[in-house]
Parts: sequence; structure tokens; C-alpha cells
Amino acid sequence: MRSITLSQAVNEAIAEEMRRDETVFLIGEDVAEAGTPFKVTSGLVEEFGTGRVIDTPIAEQGFMGLAVGAAMTGARPIVDLMFGDFLFLVMDQLCNQAAKTHYMSGGKLNVPLVLRTNLGATRRSAAQHSQSLHALVAHIPGLKVAMPSSAYEAKGLMKTAIRDDNPVVIFEDKLMYQDKAEVPEDEYLIPFGEAKVLREGRDVTLIGTSSMRQVCEAAAAMLEADGISAEVIDPRTISPLDEATILGSVKKTTRAIVVDEGHQNFGTTAEIAARISEKAFYHLDAPVIRMGAMDVPIPFSPALEDLTVPTAEKVAENARRLVAGELIHAL
Amino acid sequence: MADAKTNTEDYLQMYRQMVRIRAFEDNANQLYLDAKMPGLTHMYSGEEAVAVGICEALEVTDKITSTHRGHGHCVAKGAAFKEMFCELLGKEEGYCRGKGGSMHIADQSNGNLGANAIVGGSMGIATGSALRAKMQGSDDVTVCFFGDGATAQGLMYEVMNMAALWKLPVIYACENNGYSEYTKTDEIAAGEITARAEAFGIEAHQVDGQDVLAVNKLTTDLVQRARKGEGPFFIELMTYRYHGHHVGDINRTYYRTKDEEAEWKTKRDPIKLFGDWLTSEGIASEDDLAALGEGVRQEAADAVTYALAAPYPDGSEVDMHVFLEKT
Ligand SMILES: Cc1ncc(C[n+]2csc(CCOP(=O)(O)OP(=O)(O)O)c2C)c(N)n1
Ligand SMILES: [Mg+2]
Repeated sequence: MRSITLSQAVNEAIAEEMRRDETVFLIGEDVAEAGTPFKVTSGLVEEFGTGRVIDTPIAEQGFMGLAVGAAMTGARPIVDLMFGDFLFLVMDQLCNQAAKTHYMSGGKLNVPLVLRTNLGATRRSAAQHSQSLHALVAHIPGLKVAMPSSAYEAKGLMKTAIRDDNPVVIFEDKLMYQDKAEVPEDEYLIPFGEAKVLREGRDVTLIGTSSMRQVCEAAAAMLEADGISAEVIDPRTISPLDEATILGSVKKTTRAIVVDEGHQNFGTTAEIAARISEKAFYHLDAPVIRMGAMDVPIPFSPALEDLTVPTAEKVAENARRLVAGELIHAL
Repeated sequence: MADAKTNTEDYLQMYRQMVRIRAFEDNANQLYLDAKMPGLTHMYSGEEAVAVGICEALEVTDKITSTHRGHGHCVAKGAAFKEMFCELLGKEEGYCRGKGGSMHIADQSNGNLGANAIVGGSMGIATGSALRAKMQGSDDVTVCFFGDGATAQGLMYEVMNMAALWKLPVIYACENNGYSEYTKTDEIAAGEITARAEAFGIEAHQVDGQDVLAVNKLTTDLVQRARKGEGPFFIELMTYRYHGHHVGDINRTYYRTKDEEAEWKTKRDPIKLFGDWLTSEGIASEDDLAALGEGVRQEAADAVTYALAAPYPDGSEVDMHVFLEKT
């Protein structure tokens, strides 16, 4: 099968959906000729024109609002938010307007829009360009949240998002845009709320979102050398969350570590860990471990930044201690 | 209080500060090209007369807020090369102890409230600083630097309204370099930029941002009036960035021509224009200026050498400064 980059996969998904449905349009800063700073949307304006691939002023709240209105009245906007950190500028339109319109209208109106943005640190971009803020929007009822972990997921989830009749926020890892994966030429969609088991194991379940999937896979490979068999799960969407797959796995392995790049406090790891503790408590042989980004603004200096994100070594170390039955709640 | 710069020493100080900014940026660019600088940075080269003309009209106690393209503001407000290069490289002795980097670089002790990686993100901060000055009866003025692209942010209109209502001592300095990222300003800004301020009854000026004397004269006047409670004011400074949007933006011909770049660099270079004026007025000889330039370049080279060898912060600093802890 052919391999393409995550960036190409997103591009293909948008192009295919724009060909299929003429109400789909793309709007954001430097999405047309420049193709975004990460070159994800290059070529789209040539095919679809400036009428459907729209460059905006630097007015995030404004174009987010336009997208909500357009979506409520018959269009399917894809909003490009250059950095996930800029979510803070669009929160009212996204969370007070888009998320609640269907409910507040008693089901009379709906908002089929996609907000695509990114997450991920270690790019030496400092505190305002490195955050992973998906937990913030996953907290809001009425928003769906997808977190592709490879080019394959990126394409399938994007196509599903565009066809969804509700607001969906997709977080791509900005360090993965050039990473390649096998992506079929034939059309496929990835349903929301279906986790993927990437590796089967007996001793511990490692749950990793976005690029933390690769961190978990690397940790599992290290653990194998120690005779520890780790199961690796990528939830793919955190809202909705595929509880059944996660709980089924933990009931088998009796141990779980949840790894995610958002801040650990009040984060995605906390939510998943809580559901496991609540619903699989009597199957557990050890407390569920959360591993998120350190609870500090992301520092610029490489000497500091690298300390803030979970690594495969640390995941493996925690797994070893869990399996060895150490009193890990003192972590 | 600063008068418009009118004596030899002041003129040479303005010239030196512009040359210092250019030298800082040339070195920063080289550090990027040599893969010695982490991340990316946005060069101020070409816009020196804006930062220098304005900051030379300010006192140390006056405040500024800066942008993602902030090295020039930082130098112009009085920062030293050593701490700046250390910051750029994420070293412990940097102004922000390596936590900020290029996009948050600032010499806080000289009244620089911070560079900002959120476009338009400092407009509230600058206006709030001016509100504090007024409330506390302090006569300092705050200058808010931002780009033409930032005029699209709604925050600007919320705070200009309040600044005008409450006559706050703030000067909004819009650096119009013709582009926001890869888009021409004409394509993203409706109407006249100065008219936006005028709609709130704010006195607005447009000035040649390549002419340091014109910038300095106008700003000196506005700062003095702002101190007396006649603010706020708005200045649109027409300028140009020589490099790409950031150091990695090398192939630019899809959004601006090489001819256009060459035109600005050869005919409208702020340092060359001011240097020519200084020599034609007999204020300095070409040799004087060359020697000054040489001295500055040496100072920059020494600071780079120092910063490259300087230590990174200790890992234990990673969770320091999340909150101010009482000791
Ligand atoms: C709120 C926000 N939106 C978008 C960006 C990405 N961005 C960084 S600089 C820039 C262009 C800014 O243009 P302008 O204000 O004219 O300043 P210039 O770069 O020309 O100095 C953009 C879009 C950002 N940093 N913050
Ligand atoms: Mg600009």
C-alpha cells in the first residue's frame, strides 16, 4: 500500500469531501495560496477557487462566528485554526454558540462544522504555541473531539468529521505532519467512538492519544524485552470515548496507564482513568496511572521543554513498577 | 522630559540603536541558519526606525508592549545583547531565564512588558498599563506596538473605545509593513487603518516609518501630550520587513516580488537614509559611522560567543515561576 504524510492525508480528505459536497468550504488564515504555515492545504485553492478556500484577516473570533452562522444555515465549513493555542480566542463562538445551538433550539437547528487545529510541544515554540488543549473542548457537551494518531487516522477521521451534523474539533499533532503511514487509495471513513487496539497484551494496558500512541507503542516494545506484555490502545476520539474497548482491555490486563499530551491536572488522562476506576474497579490489581504534560506553561528552553512531556522511557518505567506490584500511589 | 532629538549625541544614539538592532538580527538569522538556535524567529530588519524613533522619545519609566517581531523593540527600549542572545538560545542568563525565547523576549527592568506570540494579544495589557498610570497619578506613558495584521483583532476595538472614553495615556503604534504573514495588507484590511482609531475620536497620524527623525519628532510630541492627559493617540508607521515572515520563510516570490524587496532595501533603508543625512549635515563622517558600526558588530559577536557557551537552566527550574511564591 502507498504511504503518505499526515499533512497529505488531511489534504486528501478535505479535497475529496469538497468534491463530493459543494456546501463544504475551508476558511482560515493563509489557507489559500500559502496553504497554511504547515502546508497542509496546498493546492486546494487551485482546485476549488477562492470562493471555497477563503483567506481571512487575523480575526479568529470573527471567522469562527461566521462558520457557526454559515453552518446553521446550510453550509459545512471547515475552520482552520493555525495553532491550538488560539482556541482561547474562539471559545465563545465555539462553546457558547456552536456547541449549544442544537440543544437550545430544541433540536430545530444544528451546526455541522469542523474546527481543525493542532497540539503538541517540543517544537521550541514556547508557552503560547505549544499547548494541547483538547480537554478544554472535550469538557463542553455538544462538541465532538477527534485526535488522529497517524496519517491513516487523520484522513478517516477528517472525512467523518466533515459529514457529521454536529460541531467537531480535530487536533492534529503539529510534529507529525511529515510522518508517513499507509493510507488506502480507496475511500474509507473511521467512525467516531471506536478505539483501535494496536497491540495485544496481557499485563498492562497503555492508552495513548495522538502522538502518545507512538510513545506507548515504543514503551510496549521496551517492555517486551523485559518479559512484560503491554496492550496498546488509541481512543481516536475522546468525545465520544470508546469505553467498551478500554474497559474490556483493562479487565483482561488488570492495570492501566493513560498517556496524553494535555496538562495532567483536570485532563484527558484524568477522565479516562476515572472511568476505568469507576467501571472496572474490582478487576484492577493496581491504581490507574495518569501521564500528562507537566502542569506548567510550556517553556522555550530545550533543556526545560523536554522535561514536560511523557516519554516512552517513563511510560515503560511506570509499567514495570505497576507490574512488579510496587506501591505506586506514592508516585 | 525627552525633546525631539536635536543634538549630536542624541542623533548618534539613534543611529547606534538602529545599527544595534540590525546587528542583533543578522546574528540571530545566522544562528538559525547554523542550526544553533532552537525554534524560529521573526526578524525586525528594515523596521528599525520605528522602534528607535519611538523608544528614544520615551523615558525608562515609560512602558511598551511588544510583538512576535520583538527583538527591535527590546533593543530600542534599552536591552543588552548578552541577556538577549542568552534568551534566544534558551539559556539561564536570558532575560526570561530561557522560558520565553524569541517570541517572549523582553528586558522588564526597562519597562518592556513583554513580547507576545498572540497577534494583538498585548492591546489590553498596554491599555491596562495606561489605566493604572492614570489611576495612580503616575505620568508614564505606554506604547503598544502591533502589526497591520493585528488590526483585525476585535480586542483592539474594545480597548481603544475605553482608552478614548477615559483619556488614557496610551499610544497605539501600528507597524504597517505591508504584510501579515503571506498576505498583503490590502487584502485583509478594509478602509483606512487610521480611520478605525478616528472613529473613536482618537487622534491618528500616519508617518514614514523609514524616517527615524520624523518618527521621533511625532512621538516626542504625542508622548508629552499623553502625559498631560490628552491621549490616547494612534500612529500608523509605514515600513517594510526585509526578511521573510520568519527566518524559515525563504521562498517568498508567491506573495511579494524580488523587485519590491530590492526597492525598499536600496532606496528606503532607514539606517542608510539616516546615515546619509548625518554625513550631509556634517554631524558625523562616513568614517565615524563605519567605526560605530564596527564596534556594534563586535559587541554582538562577543555576546553571541558568550551566549553559545552559557549554561542552560537547571531542570529544577521547570516548575518554578508558575506562581509567585512568597519567600
Ligand atoms: C491570534 C493569532 N493569530 C494568528 C497568529 C499567527 N501569526 C503570527 S504573526 C502573524 C502575522 C502578523 O502580522 P502583523 O500583525 O502585520 O505583524 P508582522 O508579522 O507583519 O510584523 C500571524 C497570522 C498568531 N500568532 N496569533
Ligand atoms: Mg505586518
